[in-house]
Amino acid sequence: MNQPGGDVIQGTMDLLILKTLSLEPLHGFGIARRIEQISRDVFKVNPGSLLTALQRLERAGWLDAEWRRTENSRRAKFYSLTRAGRKQLEVETADWNRRASAVGRLLRTEG
Amino acid sequence: MTPRGLWRQLTHGLRALLDRPAADRDLTEEVEHYLAEAAAAHRARGLSPADALRAARLEIGPVAAVREQVRTAGWEYGLETLLSDLRYADRRLRAAPGFTVIAVLTSAIGIGATAAIFSAVKPILFEPLPYPAADRLVAIWESGHDGTRLAGTFGTYRTIEERTRVFERMAVAKVWQPILTGSERPERLEGQRVSAGYFETLGVGPVVGPGFPVAEDHPGGGRSVILSDGLWRRRFGADLDLIGTSIPLDGDPHVVVGIMPAGFENVLAPGADVWTLLQYGLDQGRAWGHHLRMVARLAPDHDLTSARADLATIGPDLERLAAAATGFFPGHFTVIPLAEEIRGGVAGALWAVIGAVLLVLVIASVNVTNLLLGRGAQRRGELAIRATLGAGRGRLVRQLLTESLLLAALGGLLGMAIAAAGVRLLVSLSPTSLPRVSAIGVDGTVFAFGLVLTTLVGIAFGLVPAFQAAGRDPHEGIQGTSRRTVGGHRRTRSALVVAEVALALVLLVTSGLLFRSLGRLLSVEPGFQPANLLTMQVQTAGPRFASDTSTTRFFQDALDRVRAVPGVVAAGLVNQLPLSGDRDEFGAHFEAGPTEAARGFNVFRYAASPGYLETMGIPLRRGRLLDQRDGAGAPRSVVISESLARLAVPNGDPIGRRLSIGPPDGPLYTVVGVVGDVRQASLGLSEAAAVYTTPAQWRFPDNTMSVVIRTTGSPSGLIDAVRSAIWSVDRDQAIVRAATMTDLVTASAAERRFALILFEAFALAALVLAAAGIYGVMSASVAERTREIGVRAALGASRRATLGLVVGQGMTLAGLGMILGLAGAFLATRAIVAMLFGVSRLDPLTYLGVTMVLGLVALLASAIPAWRAARVDPATTLRTE
Repeated sequence: MNQPGGDVIQGTMDLLILKTLSLEPLHGFGIARRIEQISRDVFKVNPGSLLTALQRLERAGWLDAEWRRTENSRRAKFYSLTRAGRKQLEVETADWNRRASAVGRLLRTEG
Repeated sequence: MTPRGLWRQLTHGLRALLDRPAADRDLTEEVEHYLAEAAAAHRARGLSPADALRAARLEIGPVAAVREQVRTAGWEYGLETLLSDLRYADRRLRAAPGFTVIAVLTSAIGIGATAAIFSAVKPILFEPLPYPAADRLVAIWESGHDGTRLAGTFGTYRTIEERTRVFERMAVAKVWQPILTGSERPERLEGQRVSAGYFETLGVGPVVGPGFPVAEDHPGGGRSVILSDGLWRRRFGADLDLIGTSIPLDGDPHVVVGIMPAGFENVLAPGADVWTLLQYGLDQGRAWGHHLRMVARLAPDHDLTSARADLATIGPDLERLAAAATGFFPGHFTVIPLAEEIRGGVAGALWAVIGAVLLVLVIASVNVTNLLLGRGAQRRGELAIRATLGAGRGRLVRQLLTESLLLAALGGLLGMAIAAAGVRLLVSLSPTSLPRVSAIGVDGTVFAFGLVLTTLVGIAFGLVPAFQAAGRDPHEGIQGTSRRTVGGHRRTRSALVVAEVALALVLLVTSGLLFRSLGRLLSVEPGFQPANLLTMQVQTAGPRFASDTSTTRFFQDALDRVRAVPGVVAAGLVNQLPLSGDRDEFGAHFEAGPTEAARGFNVFRYAASPGYLETMGIPLRRGRLLDQRDGAGAPRSVVISESLARLAVPNGDPIGRRLSIGPPDGPLYTVVGVVGDVRQASLGLSEAAAVYTTPAQWRFPDNTMSVVIRTTGSPSGLIDAVRSAIWSVDRDQAIVRAATMTDLVTASAAERRFALILFEAFALAALVLAAAGIYGVMSASVAERTREIGVRAALGASRRATLGLVVGQGMTLAGLGMILGLAGAFLATRAIVAMLFGVSRLDPLTYLGVTMVLGLVALLASAIPAWRAARVDPATTLRTE
């Protein structure tokens, strides 16, 4: 699952989406491209999973969605972070850091 | 999840559900936009528009697939599938109305009968008594070394109350049947005399009024009464001003001190409408009479074990105390939870009934399963096509389960209606001995039970066909080879029919045994001639009857008037009527005779006017009957039953022997005659030791007597005439229980009849269902084998041979089922041994009889399809090939 260049690690999709949207509202493809760019193509985003996650996060009340025109005047669904979403991002970031450092510690002791 | 999140889940889901096209449009647009952006990104990297689009397509996959992925993620998708499954199931069921009606009716009968029985037994078997902390309530009995129970005495009650702290509260009660006089006709009420703490012990008090004045609970204390809500509404128009006023009971004014709540259930005496204080004193003779029911509430820090241990320590003291007061304590106590006491002897029978109804439910479910399997065979092609078109196995199973659940739900709905009606019927048929009848009804719990039952039934009869359908190779279905294969589903169906027949036979055997028991019971000679006998119970009450002579004179006058009524052949009076529920027992002590030592016996004590034995038709065996010679002041005479004569004087002549009745040192009666035994308590019990004296020679006048009247014509036609004859002596006396003796005999078997009716109904349902099962399977088999039968006929098989072939097949199934059923019955009848009378649970005649009935029905059920098979025209079948 988490081979380099593979799909987004299970369970991190939400965090990545929230983080990406904390900078500015984006549409689906924009989010995908941003994740791929920033991760330097470590993560490949599957559009089906992304849109499913977006639907789930929107229903959870962490994202708002709005149909808007893009700069090249196409209709697109833009997602933005809600206040609850921002809080959720903090929670998930803290959680991720805790896990990551724990994994890091484990790897250090073994190596 | 935040409330807002929940709200969004709901609204977004609902929006998608209500306008699926719009939601799909949005989703498609979003995916297409994604695709366009991806393509634009590729173009920006220098690809040609066509190549960019192709690259983007390759990355993303088909738009429809992405859309499906997102779409199926929401909760509403599950609901949508369910709805579409339901719509589909609905269409399928509508397309086969005959099948649907039969399947729904069958499951409705199973579910309805089970729910009805469940609601009837629920308050007795599964619910605590309707009192706060009811598990702390216990019943206390005195008991002998051999465990025989004896009702409590007032002395015992007071001693326990004084000596132990294991009970928080306790109370004693006895039956009280006062006569309410006043403006309307005198009415005998059911009630109880109770010690002051009775309602506190139960934990339920009057809703209106101050309750009993505790200080008056002693001999000669002020008279007060608490009324049931029912009586208060019925007789007093729910008048609140009644509190504090007096009502005349047994001729004495009683102050109304309370009204019980409407829902109050008095489990110790379910019909009770009035309660008054017991007002016993320790210095009274009756203080040591064994006729009180004791109930107590355990203190919080005690349980049954500690209560039993504690009571055991009082025993010796009680024995001494009782003996000192010329009373008697049998030495031990029996302490049992009140709930268990109320459940009493009926629990076993109720479990048997539950078992029976569950068998019916299983048979009904098996039948519907069979019907579904039959349909499964017909729709094999359809399912195979659906499978090849991409429907997964899980999806098909789900579809078939939805269908069977829908069937079960319809059955359950109808079943609950059947249950509601059935419960009412059950209550109206129920014998008086069934406890907690007033708590029986269809309530929330019963509905929940019905729902669970319906679901289980739906899954049960859906699973077999569903897995059969899902497990099959779709190619086979499409190619239509089904007609040539006698596949696995036929074996399953046959096995189910065998099971059905077996279960039906178990039910038939049990109900057959109960039927034979009732027959045996009713053919028991009661010891008298019940035909053309009218009986009435007359109660004297009120200040007029304070003196003994007035009571005696009233009954004598009443008897004379009754004898003068036209149509009356003979009449007599007795204090306890056989088979009526009356029970008056005493100890009889025989003097030592030439061959026997002095001995005591427990006997039924009859105060019988001269003429009673003749009127009843109780045969004289030796000596003489009682007559006018045996009046007050004459030498005391007694007539004894032949059982007692055999027991007391096994080797000599009982005539002339002397015995005391009651206290061993009491006055002696001389035996002047021996009469035949009479069944007093019930036809099934042969306790028959009895003594008869005239009322005039008995120690006290009984103030309740039954008149027995032998009539020339129909006894019930004389009821009014006899009643007015008695009222012409004194119109204030209550006449209760006017009944013909034949009715009393019949009513004495009410409990058995009730059980029998239930079992017969179940057995009949099982028989019909089993017959339908055989018929269904044989019809399907014939339909599937039409070609084979046609070929056989073409090759020269006679119609008779064909008939034999099919009938033989059906009877093989039935025979297998019956063998299994006999084995099952052999085991299952153990559960009803206690309900049998005069018939062994292995009674060969019953087994043989019901097997023959079932065999005949099975023969009929397979003969019809066989006949159809025999008429198969070989030419037509072969042409269709």
